[in-house]
Amino acid sequence: MSENAIRASGIGKQYRLSYHPPYKTFREAVARFASAPWRSVRSAPEEHFWALKDVSFEIKQGQAVGIIGRNGAGKSTLLKILAQITGPTEGIVYLWGRVGSLLEVGVGFHPELTGRENIYLNGALLGMKKAEIARKFDEIVAFAEVEKFLDTQVKHYSSGMFVRLGFSIAAHLETEILFVDEVLSVGDLAFQEKCLGKMQNVASSGRTVIFVSHNLMAIEALCQHVIWLERGAVMAEGRPGAIASRYLESVRSFRMETLHEEPQSAPGNEIIRLRRASVRPATHSDAQITTHTSILMEFELWVLAAGARLSFEVQLYNAYGIRVLFTGLFDARSYPEGLVRISARIPGDLLNTGIYRIEFFVLDSAEFPLWTSAELLTFEVADSLDLRNGYLGEWPGAVRANVQWTTEIPE
Amino acid sequence: MAEQNDRMLKVIRPGADRIGVEFSRLREYRELLFFLVWRDLKVRYKQTALGVTWAVLQPLATMVVFSVVFGRLAKIPSDGVPYPIFAYCALVPWQMFAFALTESSNSMMQNQYLISKIYFPRLIVPLTPVFTAMVDFLLAFALLIAMMPFYGVVPKLTILLLPVFLLLVVLTSFAVGVWVSALTAEYRDIRYTIPFLVQSWMFVTPIAYPSSLVPQKWRMLYGLNPMTSVVEGFRWVLLGTPAPPLMPMLVSGLAVVVILCGGVMHFRRLESTFADVL
Repeated sequence: MSENAIRASGIGKQYRLSYHPPYKTFREAVARFASAPWRSVRSAPEEHFWALKDVSFEIKQGQAVGIIGRNGAGKSTLLKILAQITGPTEGIVYLWGRVGSLLEVGVGFHPELTGRENIYLNGALLGMKKAEIARKFDEIVAFAEVEKFLDTQVKHYSSGMFVRLGFSIAAHLETEILFVDEVLSVGDLAFQEKCLGKMQNVASSGRTVIFVSHNLMAIEALCQHVIWLERGAVMAEGRPGAIASRYLESVRSFRMETLHEEPQSAPGNEIIRLRRASVRPATHSDAQITTHTSILMEFELWVLAAGARLSFEVQLYNAYGIRVLFTGLFDARSYPEGLVRISARIPGDLLNTGIYRIEFFVLDSAEFPLWTSAELLTFEVADSLDLRNGYLGEWPGAVRANVQWTTEIPE
Repeated sequence: MAEQNDRMLKVIRPGADRIGVEFSRLREYRELLFFLVWRDLKVRYKQTALGVTWAVLQPLATMVVFSVVFGRLAKIPSDGVPYPIFAYCALVPWQMFAFALTESSNSMMQNQYLISKIYFPRLIVPLTPVFTAMVDFLLAFALLIAMMPFYGVVPKLTILLLPVFLLLVVLTSFAVGVWVSALTAEYRDIRYTIPFLVQSWMFVTPIAYPSSLVPQKWRMLYGLNPMTSVVEGFRWVLLGTPAPPLMPMLVSGLAVVVILCGGVMHFRRLESTFADVL
């Protein structure tokens, strides 16, 4: 029943460090040979690094397996080795069954050829036989919704049509083992749902599927098993829920609180010094911050100069560097010497998912900055997971307000 | 269970697979080769204003230039046949070789996107230009046959030997193409030397002149260039020029085998790194 589909043992992949371009030039080789003909042409010192090192795992037949990890952890390199695009430096992989891979949609599409011609070309590139493509042709076209444009050159296709056709061809590959890299994020919303549905069919049809994705929700929905790669090695593997939450914990090294006990060493100047700053949910303080959560920011300062007139300002940036929010308390009130606590509350149903950075300003009565910190705190807003109707992709938009929709049919 | 034991096993390990394994994969992917050849032909003929006629026009125009410059002005001998057909008969296989060589030098760069995203036997990349060149060859060859009666050339029984020289030009094209494609992937600047290489190679091949102009003592060395034997062979079996000596011919055959085997070995040694360097 549970025979292996893939067994990898001790795979390693070494790359040259790319200070210089990865390719060589013949001119250099000749020059090097001419200047030192007694040394081997290849003896120039090179630095290497291991993109993968000693990676071993087994994947059972019929399993849907997800590979997760940060950027640069080696996910794509591993997939490229399994898909035979590049060779390993060491180790060995056994694959039982025909292998297909979907590393990118529409690879090899030629803009000058028509949709019909590209289906055959791309199918052949993916390893399909002509007869097999002919048999699946109508299905591929119907799934991609390009019936009307079959005899149009692909260069006239919209980008949506292009990816739909590319995905559709690859999705109709009937290999026993399928490698899929980050392709669930192609096309528009409706098509993504369709892709996910198709992948769910593939995963439950007894074929072995290996997904690489940043999208943990998609991985959890599709896979029974997850392999977590970290700096080129297998960090952990197991059930998706458990692995994904451990992975998330490791990724989340946010600074949601900062505390300085000693005024002398605390950041600040002769007027104010920072004692503490924190960001947390306004009500259940140890719960996760989701898109629904109202967020409380607190700042405690020592006022060193009695009677200082102060204003405060917060700017909130998201991971794309967009200033999502600008807010402040600009009353330039006078404060006595000693500790003061300032609180600010961001309402729920406002921020979209993602990582945020809090930039904090203390201003004088002329609104001139006395002290600033560009990255005082960072925090992440997680998805609240409701109101999605099954859609698992990234929710677009800088904000995520709770918009009230109604419909009526006027007579 | 029995069915599972029959499942195909594929093993991935450092270095290249055995050549036999690679050949069976090439056979498995022959339809891809067909589609790539068809793609290149279709796109090329779609993009040029002259379309298919270009395949014939190119050697024909060269023939006219050669006839005027070398035939009329320089009065170069042509082994007793009219100079135009003497030159054209050599230009037909030469164009095939030159085209395959030039296209091979671009093939890795042109297909780098495929190579970094999809698995297929990489030898298909240098094989494709050889096959596209063959299509052009057939068109130009048809014109050669049509021109022969016009110049009063009647083929003799030796024409039965034509397949031998056809095979020789195909193998030479592939042997040199496989070297060039691997080298262009390894060294980026090799590409710029190709036009010069093609031009020089043309002058060390008896296209504009008969090889009888080459002193006897150099003939063996001259045979190291397989295109010499291709061109002489074509003239011999089609135009009825004097039979070329056997020994230089054998030297050419041996040279092709050595270049081909060395090229394939070199290509396969680099094969698994193409996706990383391109």
